[in-house]
Amino acid sequence: MLALQRLLAILYKEVLHLGRDRLTFGMIFGIPMMQIILFGYAINTDVRELRAAVADQAGTELSRQLQSELEASQVLRIGLRVAAGSDLQRLLDEGQIDVGVLIPPDFGHRLQQDGRPAVQLLVDGSDPIILSTARSLTAMPFEYDTRPRQEPETRLFEVRNFYNPERRSSVFVVPGLIGVILTMTMVMFTAVAVVREREGGNLELLINTPVSSLELMVGKIVPYVLIGLIQVTLIVLLGALLFHVPVNGTLADVYLASLLFIASNLGLGLMISTLVGTQFQAIQLTFFFFLPSILLSGFMFPFDGMPQVARWIAEGLPLTHFVRLIRGIMLRGADLAQLWPEVLALLGFFLLTMGAAVLRFHKRLD
Amino acid sequence: MIEARDLTRRFGDLVAVNRLNLQVPRGQVYGFLGPNGSGKSTTIRLLCGLLLPSEGSARVLGHEVPAEAELLKRKIGYMTQRFSLYGDMRVIENLRFIARIYGLSGSRLRTRIDQVMQQFRLEPLERQFARELSGGQRQRLALAAATLHQPELLLLDEPTSAVDPQTRRDFWDALFALVEDGTTILVSTHYMDEAERCHRLAILDQGVLVADGAPVELMASIDCRVVTVESERPRQVQQLLSADSRILSITQLGSRQRVLVSRAVTEPVERVESALTGAGINADCREVEPSLEDVFVVVTRHSAAGRGEG
Repeated sequence: MLALQRLLAILYKEVLHLGRDRLTFGMIFGIPMMQIILFGYAINTDVRELRAAVADQAGTELSRQLQSELEASQVLRIGLRVAAGSDLQRLLDEGQIDVGVLIPPDFGHRLQQDGRPAVQLLVDGSDPIILSTARSLTAMPFEYDTRPRQEPETRLFEVRNFYNPERRSSVFVVPGLIGVILTMTMVMFTAVAVVREREGGNLELLINTPVSSLELMVGKIVPYVLIGLIQVTLIVLLGALLFHVPVNGTLADVYLASLLFIASNLGLGLMISTLVGTQFQAIQLTFFFFLPSILLSGFMFPFDGMPQVARWIAEGLPLTHFVRLIRGIMLRGADLAQLWPEVLALLGFFLLTMGAAVLRFHKRLD
Repeated sequence: MIEARDLTRRFGDLVAVNRLNLQVPRGQVYGFLGPNGSGKSTTIRLLCGLLLPSEGSARVLGHEVPAEAELLKRKIGYMTQRFSLYGDMRVIENLRFIARIYGLSGSRLRTRIDQVMQQFRLEPLERQFARELSGGQRQRLALAAATLHQPELLLLDEPTSAVDPQTRRDFWDALFALVEDGTTILVSTHYMDEAERCHRLAILDQGVLVADGAPVELMASIDCRVVTVESERPRQVQQLLSADSRILSITQLGSRQRVLVSRAVTEPVERVESALTGAGINADCREVEPSLEDVFVVVTRHSAAGRGEG
């Protein structure tokens, strides 16, 4: 059923196509490089320097000290000073500031009294990340001279930050980015690679030869597996060079996990190619799949915040499992055996899509 | 060689091929003649298993189609209507690819590629990309690729629809050379001159086989006689004659008209002349030998009238 010579012939032909299609070739290297630079620098959940305005109605030494401490925390950058609370409200409405700090006239008095908040923060809460950053200010200690230095209260929780002690977003983003880039390029390339032959009329000739469906499918995906692995190498290298993203697990596990993930995406791409008639439809379907992958996989938003239904959908997406795998390997230094449920899920996805593609692909025109 | 029994294929409500019975003997060029949409391509695709028949079956080179289509594929060469090799690959790369797909390797692969390159005059084009070839060069490359594995049967779907007359002549010379070596060729066309060169011919019309036989037989057994009319008022002649139900068709060729008269009329020239002189038209009428086009017009005229393209 699987003749090596025919398989190699298809494979070599794919390589020729790839080598001569400069745009695709450029995308293979261009997409990972651009995205890692863009996302690595731009996606930053560690928000700093929110635009802020202060209405200091107290005007005391103490209130000025508070302001300089707020700025020193780097959470706020105070750009405007206004007189009234209503001015703060207006600036918020106009979108000029993210946070307004209202220091009431009796600021000093309120500080002395326990149980009454001394300062009001007006926050543009439409972006939950800004809101939670502003909330973190409420835990800011404020020590002032007129009051004896307090012993720190015994806290209920102590947070110990594992795996990303410097709290750099890029460390978290880059491993997932491997998955995002592979999803985007692998699914699209294979889907298009088959559909292009159908559109170009080449498939009518091919299916009239002794070549089998399996030979055709496998021959078409093998070159893309190699390309996928090149992309992985590129991202891991750039991640280490530009963002000091560590590989705490073994490189072998990184490549094995990527290989599994590449295979499942190629299977999906092939399946898509058996469902559509034109390259345009193939790209549309790819994006139909790509968007939920990015949003639900845990790459962008924590899985824990999602409703049950979204989680079920997410469990059906290979990217979800890969993001868990690759973060586990690269950041926590886990090995594949520890993450076996994800390995199994990816393997299942690959067998399912590849099987469906081979079964659906008839050597006929109807 | 090829035997089709009640081969039928429907696409929704459209019957593309309707109860087709066919016998194609070995070692001949067998033509399918018919207008666009007459079911030529569908028939060829049914015969090589690319489409499943709605009813009926076929036996090709001893294999039941579609059940044994995969076995058949090693023995046939197929040339699609549209150029279907790879434009971004060189001539030699395309040939090597197809040869490997058909299982050729080693010295046999090299020998066969050298042979077809010589046979179809592709040697000077070896390093050219297929997309840079002219229409005729593409045809030669496609035919070379289809014959690399020396198939017993070649199925050619309108191979010459996109090339100039000289290229068509060359192409047909190449076909006859292949037949001499023992290949059977099934070729579809809508050109009369090509149809005339086939050993045998099947005329298809709206999915129905309306005539088949050797071109000379078809012309000899035509159900009409042919009169040419030379006059100065062809439009008027047309009007006058089309009123006669015994006249099957009138085709204008410059100042001449080719009039097909039913065989039921014993004196066709007299009948045409008397109709014209009665209206005061002087015309030179004489009977001529029927051509293949006349055969085609006669056997397809019912459906043509139905389509309003008379």
